[in-house]
Amino acid sequence: MKKKLPVRIWRWTIITVVGTYLIVPLYSMYDFSTKPFGFQDKGRTFRAWKIIPGQPDLIAAISRSLITAAIVMALILFLIVPTAIWVHLKLPALRRPFELLCLLPLAIPAIVIVVGIAPLYRWISIHLTESPITLSGVYSMLILPYTYRSLSAALDAVDIHTLAEAARTLGADTRRVIFGIIMPTIKTGIVNGSFIAIALVLGEYTISNILNYKTFQVVIAQIGRTNGNVAVAVSLASILFVLVLLLLIPTKKRRSAVLDVDLV
Amino acid sequence: MSSSTYVQLVDLSKHFGKVRALDGLNLEIAQGELVALLGPSGCGKTTALRALAGLQELDRGQLIVDGKDVTFQNANKRGMGMVFQAYSLFPHMTARENVEYGLKLRAHKTASDKRKARSAELLELVGLSTHANHFPHQLSGGQQQRVALARALAISPKVLLLDEPLSALDAKVRTQLREEIRRIQMELGTTTLFVTHDQEEALSIADRVGVMRNGQLEQIAAPAELYDRPKTAFVAEFVGLTNPIAGKVSSSSIEVLGSVLKTLPGSVTSGNGIALVRPESIDVVASKSGNATVTSASFLGASCRLTISMTDGTRITAQLPSLDAAGIGAGASVQVSLLDMPVFVKAAG
Repeated sequence: MKKKLPVRIWRWTIITVVGTYLIVPLYSMYDFSTKPFGFQDKGRTFRAWKIIPGQPDLIAAISRSLITAAIVMALILFLIVPTAIWVHLKLPALRRPFELLCLLPLAIPAIVIVVGIAPLYRWISIHLTESPITLSGVYSMLILPYTYRSLSAALDAVDIHTLAEAARTLGADTRRVIFGIIMPTIKTGIVNGSFIAIALVLGEYTISNILNYKTFQVVIAQIGRTNGNVAVAVSLASILFVLVLLLLIPTKKRRSAVLDVDLV
Repeated sequence: MSSSTYVQLVDLSKHFGKVRALDGLNLEIAQGELVALLGPSGCGKTTALRALAGLQELDRGQLIVDGKDVTFQNANKRGMGMVFQAYSLFPHMTARENVEYGLKLRAHKTASDKRKARSAELLELVGLSTHANHFPHQLSGGQQQRVALARALAISPKVLLLDEPLSALDAKVRTQLREEIRRIQMELGTTTLFVTHDQEEALSIADRVGVMRNGQLEQIAAPAELYDRPKTAFVAEFVGLTNPIAGKVSSSSIEVLGSVLKTLPGSVTSGNGIALVRPESIDVVASKSGNATVTSASFLGASCRLTISMTDGTRITAQLPSLDAAGIGAGASVQVSLLDMPVFVKAAG
């Protein structure tokens, strides 16, 4: 018992420090968003929160950003993950070049990427669509460093070669091996990578702003220029929304409806 | 091809860069037979097994199973059941789901209740019916390999392929499981190819044991024949222990340590030779005027292993029943003679 006491103290100290580090900014946001910002306000007010739904473009921007995030998620699940698995399984010689390629977006500043892709998006907006959802293309490239690292770590942690061979001898074709065996096995890595990707998509500002697309962050910035309290309220609401999403994902449930593709 | 031949590996060759893994390997397995491939690391035994499973492409050769050429058939169409050296259970599935997986993929889509009955039957067979709903991480290594065996057998495989399935297990579980593998194999009559580097494992459960070297089959025979009548020096030295003792060869016999022993076919036929004498072919009796001295004695339970130094300086190892070795310890003077058993003789130098 004597030895356990310091460990418990350390544990609680760390939890308290980290908790404070995370909660203080959130509380500050809440505090700021409830401060009076008009002549009619006296004391604390939730007016900033109440006028959120009335903000022009906000709901549309949120839904656009969520749709973009969903498309990026789909690209991760059906393009990036199978590709990473394929490279690990069948093309081990290409692992390093592939990794390097995936890390490039991290090395290139966002502004440089924007300058590079601006002509392409100009063409898209003229000839195809002006929808900000098309940003999912560039976003799926931006998220590569984070998603690939997470996937690669998950793939390295399991002997996927043996699992794949076992599945093949039992009659599984390549599609079933990837979607039915390997993907559920590296589920945690996929979920982690996807969350980082979603956070990045919902929080991205530079590219969408320069390309003149009204995404969630761009609209928040616009609101912030006219009413700081509302902008902070919207930001806090978006953080709480993501937090609720995270809490809704069952931690102990062994199957994910998204990943457990029953192909049999 | 004899009428009972079920699996044929014909002239298999495979190179990995400059390494020759298989070099014209030929092997025939009868229906219901358990053949073990034994050999040192890199001899090509696993490559041969993987080629039969369809997991390894060949440079040359032909694979025939049940009269059909399967050389170019995909692994998922071959109907081979395989148990791997590494734990290979699908971690997101329970033991029962793992066993049912292959059945789900069968072309005729085995009905759900039949699948359940089959998986229950196989888990019962491997003694894990109470663990059907356990996930792999909740099972021990031995239990995982049993489930892997049940999974491989569930699809009623044409050939059961075992790739060193016991090597990751501890000694006690290994012995227990290898006996179970043999029992189940005999019960179901499944044609089995078993790859191992553990000679005790191979000799104890196989109908025939093939010793491989440099991508070729050096000798294939029943365990007792392989041990007692090796055809090459490599087989004699690889399977079991031998004492290399120099002697004079004349026609089909050799004179060693004062005894004349018959030589096995394939031995050198004249001049100086080295007899490869098994430790249990050496008789040791305590004698004050003996021709050797015991340098160390190891008690192995039922038997006792003695390291002996002959008066001419030759060191040999003898293995006696513990009862016969009672009272013979390190430093004891002993009389050594050879039992009248044929030996393999290799060329001296």
